[in-house]
Amino acid sequence: MSTLAIGLDRATVELRMYSREKEAVLFSFLFPVLLLTLFSVVFSGQFEDGEMTASWFFLPGMIAAGVLLTSFQTMALSVATERDDGSLKRLRSTPVPPASYFLGKVGLVAVTSLLQLVLLLVVASVLFDVPMPGTTGRWALFAAIFALGVFGGTVLGIAYSSLSTSRSIGAVVIGPMLILQFISGVYIGWDSIPDWLRQVAALFPLKWIAQGMRAVFYPDEMASLEMAGAWEPGRTMLVLGAWAVGGLVLCVTTFRWFKRGTV
Amino acid sequence: MDTAIRIRGLVKTYGEHRAVDGLDLDIHRGEVFALLGPNGAGKTTTVEVLEGFRDRDSGEVDVLGTDPHRAPLRWRDRIGIVLQTSGGLDLLTPREVLRSTAKAYRRPRDVDEVLTAVGLAEKADDRVVGLSGGQRRRLDVGLGIVGDPELLFLDEPTTGFDPQARREFWDLIRSLATGGTTILLTTHYLDEAEHLADRVGVIGAGRLLALDSPADLGGRQSEEATVSWDEDGERRSIRTATPTADVARIAARFPGEVPELVVSRPSLEDTYLELITPHVTHDTLMEVPA
Repeated sequence: MSTLAIGLDRATVELRMYSREKEAVLFSFLFPVLLLTLFSVVFSGQFEDGEMTASWFFLPGMIAAGVLLTSFQTMALSVATERDDGSLKRLRSTPVPPASYFLGKVGLVAVTSLLQLVLLLVVASVLFDVPMPGTTGRWALFAAIFALGVFGGTVLGIAYSSLSTSRSIGAVVIGPMLILQFISGVYIGWDSIPDWLRQVAALFPLKWIAQGMRAVFYPDEMASLEMAGAWEPGRTMLVLGAWAVGGLVLCVTTFRWFKRGTV
Repeated sequence: MDTAIRIRGLVKTYGEHRAVDGLDLDIHRGEVFALLGPNGAGKTTTVEVLEGFRDRDSGEVDVLGTDPHRAPLRWRDRIGIVLQTSGGLDLLTPREVLRSTAKAYRRPRDVDEVLTAVGLAEKADDRVVGLSGGQRRRLDVGLGIVGDPELLFLDEPTTGFDPQARREFWDLIRSLATGGTTILLTTHYLDEAEHLADRVGVIGAGRLLALDSPADLGGRQSEEATVSWDEDGERRSIRTATPTADVARIAARFPGEVPELVVSRPSLEDTYLELITPHVTHDTLMEVPA
C-alpha cells in the first residue's frame, strides 16, 4: 500500500476514534456552535439599535475559535496522549510511514474543521439570519484564511504536544487557549480590549484568523473598528503564513515518537 | 542464512552505567529464544537495540541481514514487535485495529485468521476498552503477527496473567513457533522460559552469563540429584550422582512403594539464581531508563 493509501486509512481510523470520544465531540467540535447559540440569546438585548445582531457580531470569532479548537487543541492533546500511552511507539514498530501518520492527522483535522464550519454557518444563517458573504472575493479570502489557520493550527499543535505529558497537557493547552481567545476578540468585542492586550494578541495567529473572518462577514464600514482602521487581508495572510511555516519547521524538528526519558 | 540475529560486542552506556557491556549472541532462524535476567541487567536495552528503537555505543548488530539502527521501513515488514504496554486503542474494536495495521504490511495475514489464532474471534467487534487484561495482551500479539513476520519480539508477554490465561498464551506462542517464526522472548518467569524456549540466555550486568537449552542450563543436568523419602518415621535425604542406582537400592528395603519418594535436580530457578547472584549488585539494581 502506498503512503497515501495508508494515510487515508489512518484518517478514517482517526475519525472513527474522534467520533466515539464524547468529550472531544462536545468540547471541541460542538463548542463554538453551543457558544454562538448561547451568546446570541444572552446578548441579544445589547444589539437592538443597529442592523448588527449578537449572532452576526460573534460569528467570525466563533469560526476563528473553532479553527484553533479542532486543529491546535485536538492535535496538542491527542499527540501528547498517543506519545504517552505508547500508540506512537506501536506505530513506529510497524512499516507505517511517518508521512502516513501525519496525513491521517491532517485528514482528521480537515474533516472535523469543515464539518464544524458548515454546522456553524448553517446555524448562523438559518436560525439567526446572519447574512453570508455576498462576493466571490470574500469567499476566496475566507477559504484562504480558513486553510492557513487549520494547517498552521495542526502543525503548531503537534509541535506543542512535545511540551508536556498527557497528565498535564490538558491544563497546558486549554489554559493558554482560553486566555488567547479572550484577548483575541473571540468572546469580547475586539474594540473593547485594551490596546496593550491587543498588541500581545497580535503576536498570535488567533487574532488574525478572527480579524480575517470579520473582514469576510462584517459590513465594510466596520473596518474602522480594527487597530489599523482597515481589514488588512494581505498582512493577515502574511502573519498566518509565517506561523504555518514556522509551525511546520518546529513540528518536523521537535517531533518525538517516544516518551521523554525512555529512548 | 540460518542466523536471524547476530550480536557482537554490543555496548550501550547511560552516563557512567554500562547497561550492555560487550554482549555476543546468535539467535538461529526458527528457534524460540528466551532472554532472562534481573531488572537492570540490560535485557530491555538489548531488545530495543535489536528492534531499532535505541542507538548503541559500539558493537555489530545484524537482524535479518540488516543493521536495525539504519533499517528502512521495508525491514519492519519482516519483523513483529509485541510491546510491553500498548494503550490508545480503547475506542476501536480488535477487528478495526488489526485491519488497519494489516494495511501497512505487504503480505499481511488474513485478519479473521489472526483473530481466531489469538482467540479473539468472539470479541472481534467489541470495543477494546471492554477487553480483559489477557484479551488485550492477545490483541497485542495479534498486532505483532498480523504482518506475518519472520521474527517476533515478545517483551514480558504474560505479566499479570492468571495461570489459565498463561497456559493458553503459551499454546499460541508454541503454534507460532511450529509455523517457523523465530521468536525472541524476554521474561521474568522461569517456567515460561522452560515451557517455550529452545534455548535460554541469562544476562547480568550487561553480559551473557550462560547460554544453553533450559534443561541443560548451567550444567544442571550433570549436577548431583537429591533423593528424599520417609523411613522409620523420619525424612531421609541424600545427594547423589547416581540417583537411579540409589533409588533401586532404597526400593529394595520396602515391600511396595517407597513412601514420599522425591528425586529432584536443581530447578531452573535455582540455577538461574545461582548464576545471577554474583552480578546483582547495588549498581545493576539501579533504575535505568525502561
